[in-house]
Amino acid sequence: MHVKLHVWRQAGPTTPGTMETYDAPGISEEMSFLEMLDVVNERLNADGQEPIAFEHDCREGICGSCGMMINGQAHGPQRGTATCQLHMRKFQDGAEIFIEPWRAAAFPVLKDLIVDRSAFDRIVESGGYITAPTGAAPDANLTLIPKEVADAAMDAAACIGCGACVAACPNSAGQLFTAAKINHLNLLPQGQAERYTRVQKMVDTMEEFFGSCTNHGECQEACPKDISIDFIAYMNRDYVKAQLKNRKLLSQD
Amino acid sequence: MIGSLDSNVPPGSMGDKWTQHKFDMKLVAPGNRRRFDVIVIGSGLAGASAAATLGEQGYNVKVFTYHDTPRRAHSIAAQGGINAAKNYKSDGDSVHRLFYDTVKGGDFRSREANVHRLAEVSLDIVDQSVAQGVPFAREYGGLLENRSFGGAQVSRTFYARGQTGQQLLLGAYQQMMNQVHAGSIQLHTRSEMLDLVVKDGAACGVIVRDLVTGDVTRHSAHAVLLCTGGYGNVFYLSTNAKYSNASATWRAHRRGALFANPCFTQIHPTCIPASDEFQSKLTLMSESLRNDGRIWVPTNPDETRSPDLIPEDERDYFLERKYPSFGNLVPRDVASRNAKTMVDEGKGVGPLKNGVYLDFAEARDRIGASTVYERYSNLFDMYQRITDEDPTKVPMRIYPAVHYTMGGLWVDYHLMSNVPGLFVLGEANFSDHGANRLGASALMQGLADGYFVISYTLANYLADHLGNQPVPLDDPVFNEAQQSVDDRMKRLLSIGGTKSVDHYHRELGKIMWTYCGMARDKAGLETALREIPALREDFWLNLRVLGDGPMNQSLERAGRVADLLELGELMVRDALDREESCGGHFREESQTPEGEALRRDDEYSYVAAWEWGGVGAAPQLHKEPLTFDSVHLSQRSYK
Ligand SMILES: Cc1cc2nc3c(=O)[nH]c(=O)nc-3n(C[C@H](O)[C@H](O)[C@H](O)COP(=O)(O)OP(=O)(O)OC[C@H]3O[C@@H](n4cnc5c(N)ncnc54)[C@H](O)[C@@H]3O)c2cc1C
Ligand code: FES
Repeated sequence: MHVKLHVWRQAGPTTPGTMETYDAPGISEEMSFLEMLDVVNERLNADGQEPIAFEHDCREGICGSCGMMINGQAHGPQRGTATCQLHMRKFQDGAEIFIEPWRAAAFPVLKDLIVDRSAFDRIVESGGYITAPTGAAPDANLTLIPKEVADAAMDAAACIGCGACVAACPNSAGQLFTAAKINHLNLLPQGQAERYTRVQKMVDTMEEFFGSCTNHGECQEACPKDISIDFIAYMNRDYVKAQLKNRKLLSQD
Repeated sequence: MIGSLDSNVPPGSMGDKWTQHKFDMKLVAPGNRRRFDVIVIGSGLAGASAAATLGEQGYNVKVFTYHDTPRRAHSIAAQGGINAAKNYKSDGDSVHRLFYDTVKGGDFRSREANVHRLAEVSLDIVDQSVAQGVPFAREYGGLLENRSFGGAQVSRTFYARGQTGQQLLLGAYQQMMNQVHAGSIQLHTRSEMLDLVVKDGAACGVIVRDLVTGDVTRHSAHAVLLCTGGYGNVFYLSTNAKYSNASATWRAHRRGALFANPCFTQIHPTCIPASDEFQSKLTLMSESLRNDGRIWVPTNPDETRSPDLIPEDERDYFLERKYPSFGNLVPRDVASRNAKTMVDEGKGVGPLKNGVYLDFAEARDRIGASTVYERYSNLFDMYQRITDEDPTKVPMRIYPAVHYTMGGLWVDYHLMSNVPGLFVLGEANFSDHGANRLGASALMQGLADGYFVISYTLANYLADHLGNQPVPLDDPVFNEAQQSVDDRMKRLLSIGGTKSVDHYHRELGKIMWTYCGMARDKAGLETALREIPALREDFWLNLRVLGDGPMNQSLERAGRVADLLELGELMVRDALDREESCGGHFREESQTPEGEALRRDDEYSYVAAWEWGGVGAAPQLHKEPLTFDSVHLSQRSYK
């Protein structure tokens, strides 16, 4: 195949970036998208130009490192597929491909296609856990968890934290990520004790960094793990309840 | 010079050692813990669990990871599951059986006492993970589901769909973030450790580079924990994540830590075969697939029909044929070697004839296509994305690939290296898996080390240092270490050659795979011993690293590949030295008449722990003799 790339190049967080064009002949259909970029980078290096910086690690759709806008779509054209799992056979010979970093105020560009997604960690840090210090756990089979409940929690827990949901959202909202993280824990019996404080803290932290959700649903479309926006509804419900509950607790003081 | 190696295994009967030793070890009182600074490098399963636990107990913990978030460590990619001797299925499992299986599976090259402790604490790991909210698979009644996994005859593997590593890592990461929130852990992401600092023979700190700003900083502590994963990427093509590398352990090795059994690498039987030169990594298909899939090749090497048209009597289910009692579930090394034999005999399948079939037709008839799909959905989807073939309809094609490294820094029973104050956890150490790791046991070991071992053994070490201040950052040892880091980076940037880092990495990988891969012999290893130093020399003459900004991925990779070029040589030396076959180390010269691995216990029942001798110079071998008191030494047989 022969493709033409238009790639965002930006030297550093504070330097302005531009789209650069690279001709990429001799690409095999069997290559993954990132292997195609590897080839382009090898050629750039040979020509004395600095290779394109992008993030990737597992290259099997689980670590959430990779992520770029490909022709305006987060992770490109294939549904439920992270950039690293996308293959060149999904593109036409002669295609022009536009590659950009995630665009969101909460994800500043660090270099080329690399962005800073640490805002996600701040959300988790604020309450995205069950307090279970090492050593204090009861036997694992003590609490029965119906299969359906475990499955639902797992559906939420499958989030890889790539940030495609934010990048795809016209408002750069962080709802789908936050909802996935909250529901993973809030659905489980072990997560009940901190359920309402968790949702309150995490949603409040999310709002410090991200835009607000106006139900476009683009996040679900872009998610490489097909996480459902229903989780956002559950999160909102818990958040509303949290306001009441926490107030009730306060009034008992 | 290093004196004799003391494994510090406590006395007492195998079943009581750890319990008794926990009582005998020194403690650090809760109020004193905040007077100790502990550095943890790496936040995969081993690092995150250790940091969380030590943070909860009140130590001052600093965590460094080169990832942008701890959540992305290579542990995230583990698919199949985690073992624990819970015996929830009442099918004959016990701590002793898990211990026994692990020692035997490791082909009698691990330290018994460590393995027994691992089997003991396996029980607590599952409890801990469930308490954190790890959504393990459940039965309809709500109890935990288990499955049998690669080579085990009991069902002791807990799993979360095909994403067990992800879920366990999220659990450990969340527990750690709770401590970051509480202020007991300082988390430094995108920060790569580039050197270990040693003063008067003891570890006292690290040199770290911020991968965004390029700043190089010094950090001092009472103890340093390396939880930095394995070195499978020395082969370039492996199932490891692309960033996985050996620099942390290699730098520590150069500062005096012994590297043990470096040649023990695990080749995993079920990976997707490479499709061409541009292949950047190999993808694992969890071996849980072997529970329902049958492995075969056509009997006719010139077979051209599509697999479903090949009649039963023209198929060779070679594992079932050769190993009737274990069949498709033989341990990884055995399955891998047999697949290689088939491909070498020209019976490989696929366009490049570089794979064997893994067929789900029988399972489909037995339990229905939808149940098969439900069990392995994410693996099937992954396979289809990569190959454009649907495994519910056509058999998968698989081939062995480098997957795990059993070798690593030498540690004693306390997980401390021979450098006092330097502890090594998880895949980075060598201790528990001998010459071959059983499936679902790496997650178990990483979490055992981090949650349930280190807090005891670290306290025992620190107790003697109460009142000591960490070495000041302007001490000459820090100046020297930082200088050497700076010099090395300048050198890498200024070579000004023509070839890329990837070029050298690929070339190294080819040498390693050809001569130090699934089967090894003297002549091949000696060839490698000539080719690696030549390649390394070329690297330092002709490498091109471009870029003058602080964030520079080529520079990061160059440093890592430079280290792999040294480590690869050590692996080859180790493989040459060990003139026996054991586990993943198959020496052509040492096999039974049937072609099975032949161990030579009289001469090689030892851990080979190598001391750094300088670039290109011969390292010095130290031996830790292995004795087997609880598990009877026997040649493995899976017939
Ligand atoms: C595809 C695949 C599937 C697997 N499936 C299973 C399975 O089903 N069951 C099982 O038991 N095992 C499995 N394994 C093995 C298992 O996943 C690993 O052995 C284990 O997760 C390693 O954990 P770790 O914590 O030791 O290291 P890692 O998870 O590799 O973490 C290393 C950490 O160290 C950091 N680091 C490294 N070097 C530096 C440095 N110089 N400076 C700063 N930070 C550094 C990294 O950023 C990272 O945080 C699988 C492995 C692979 C490749
Ligand atoms: S590189 Fe890990 S998800 Fe793409």
